[in-house]
Amino acid sequence: MENLVMATPERSVVEAVERMTEAPSTAEPIPACTFQVKNLSIWYGEKRAIDDVTLDIASNAVTAIIGPSGCGKSTFIRALNRMHELVPKTRVEGTVFLNGEDLYSSTVDPAIVRRRVGMVFQKSNPFPTMSIGENVVIGLRLNGVRDRKFLNERLEKSLRMAALWDEVKEDLHKPGTSLSGGQQQRLCIARALAVEPEVLLMDEPCSALDPIATAKIEELIYELKAKYTIVTVTHNMQQAGRVSDYTAFFYLGRLIEFGPTTKIFTNPTERQTEDYITGRFG
Amino acid sequence: MYRSGLPLLIKVLSFMAIAASIAVEERSVQVRMASPSRFGDKAFEWLTLAMALAVVVLVILIGWQLWIGSSVAIKKFGFHFLVTSTWDPVAEQFGALPFIYGTLVSSLIALLIAVPLSIATAAYLTELAPLWIRQPLVSLIEMLAAIPSVILGLWGIFVMIPWLRDYPFPFLKRLFGWTPFFSGPIYGPSMLAGGIIIAIMILPIITSVSREILRSVPNLQREAAYALGATRWEATRIAVFSYAKKGLFGAVILGLGRALGETMAVTMVIGNTPQIAASLLKPGYTLASVIANEFTEATTDMYLQALFEIGLVLFGITILVNLLAQLLLRTITTTSATRAVQ
Repeated sequence: MENLVMATPERSVVEAVERMTEAPSTAEPIPACTFQVKNLSIWYGEKRAIDDVTLDIASNAVTAIIGPSGCGKSTFIRALNRMHELVPKTRVEGTVFLNGEDLYSSTVDPAIVRRRVGMVFQKSNPFPTMSIGENVVIGLRLNGVRDRKFLNERLEKSLRMAALWDEVKEDLHKPGTSLSGGQQQRLCIARALAVEPEVLLMDEPCSALDPIATAKIEELIYELKAKYTIVTVTHNMQQAGRVSDYTAFFYLGRLIEFGPTTKIFTNPTERQTEDYITGRFG
Repeated sequence: MYRSGLPLLIKVLSFMAIAASIAVEERSVQVRMASPSRFGDKAFEWLTLAMALAVVVLVILIGWQLWIGSSVAIKKFGFHFLVTSTWDPVAEQFGALPFIYGTLVSSLIALLIAVPLSIATAAYLTELAPLWIRQPLVSLIEMLAAIPSVILGLWGIFVMIPWLRDYPFPFLKRLFGWTPFFSGPIYGPSMLAGGIIIAIMILPIITSVSREILRSVPNLQREAAYALGATRWEATRIAVFSYAKKGLFGAVILGLGRALGETMAVTMVIGNTPQIAASLLKPGYTLASVIANEFTEATTDMYLQALFEIGLVLFGITILVNLLAQLLLRTITTTSATRAVQ
């Protein structure tokens, strides 16, 4: 038991974490789920970043991952498309099923996983040497798509879905980095959508944006929900409350509480969740 | 406590005085902290400016000295110096074309060999190599840069040339002997041997500069590519190389600068024959080599003048190549940014 807790937190925290193990807090069953995470643990070298997490992620809904810095929420979201493997010396136990298929089975190519599970990052990262248009279709190009007509159709469709088409349709040849911060982030969303992934992961997509750009992205998340399953990490409680249908609260690498957002925010079961949401720590 | 208004007034006044003195006190604290002196800034500015100017002045002075030292030869031979091939100190006929040709061709060969090797090494070191292999490999490459030129030249004469003569040269001749580049007899000391030795000498600089450039590519760029399902090679190509294109080009130009001026090792293996031959298996001569070989023999004034002019030409070529490179760089970066998908 002692190696389950990474740092040396206060006794009360340890006790709370131990209490959790006995009584996992799964709320009412989720209707249809895209991801089924079972007993997932992740190590960076000797350090355990994710500790025995079991969680179902609902289809066509937004699931928010919240928790204080260093709680493993970024690691968790990266485990959903095997991006964490880019860090050397990572080790994974447990299983992640994407629409019934085990992502960590030895026959699965991580590149294929990442084509099925799109990702948007904390800071917008368009490719600076490519134009806006090239940035959007680069994923398709990597997949060997050469048909100009198809590329142009998908280019427009993706930019429309990312609510960016009207702003950039005249400037598709300009460098992606010529856009404003919020536009760049929507360009990155369009780039992720262009390969038509099954899921969209967002790792604090608004943390570098101003309130207006943030509002646009949040609106976009709400619209994309109709077509995509979205998992988003956020530091912002209000944002989690506004955009998500389900919320998972992580602390010290463990899933403390998971359930419908309304329940987590109005009537959390765990004292730690309540403390975090009300701003008493974290 | 106060029987009349007077003490109260005194009290109020004294309170105000105290308050005022506190204010003064506060201000005096600020006074005691010396106001920021701009002397350091000024001194720093002038000092760095002086240093920067010193470099420029040095370059101009060297150029001027070469010009003065070769003015008689320039007057006598004029433009012919650059386009004729006779190098006859006895008859005082001097033409630098074979040396110019030798310098450019040997440097080009060196770049053709060293650039792919260096950039591939740098990419391996930053993108692929396991951590435990990186540092030893970097140290080894830096050690290569520390080998004195003359030792590399000795190795070239006694190890590399015999080996080249026995194995790769006959092989190249058999495969490509029908082209002018690999025709004729095999001597050993040759333009190709010179190019190879220069390649070895410029490998470390291009590798370590390229490695720094690739390391400076933000991880977010790589993640962007991987998140789209890119393989390692694809991520390196679209996220790393294209981002670092400009810097890598700079690294190559740095290497070229070295290659053009490389003297000792290349003098020892290139064969030192002032001729322009299409075949890379034939000996050649470079601008730097002829100066190194002949400055002790330059007994007549005109001979010395001609050698000085060779120096001036080398100086000019180096500057010209750098200017062209910068121009090329500017066109590359502007065109790639405006390329459209349609």
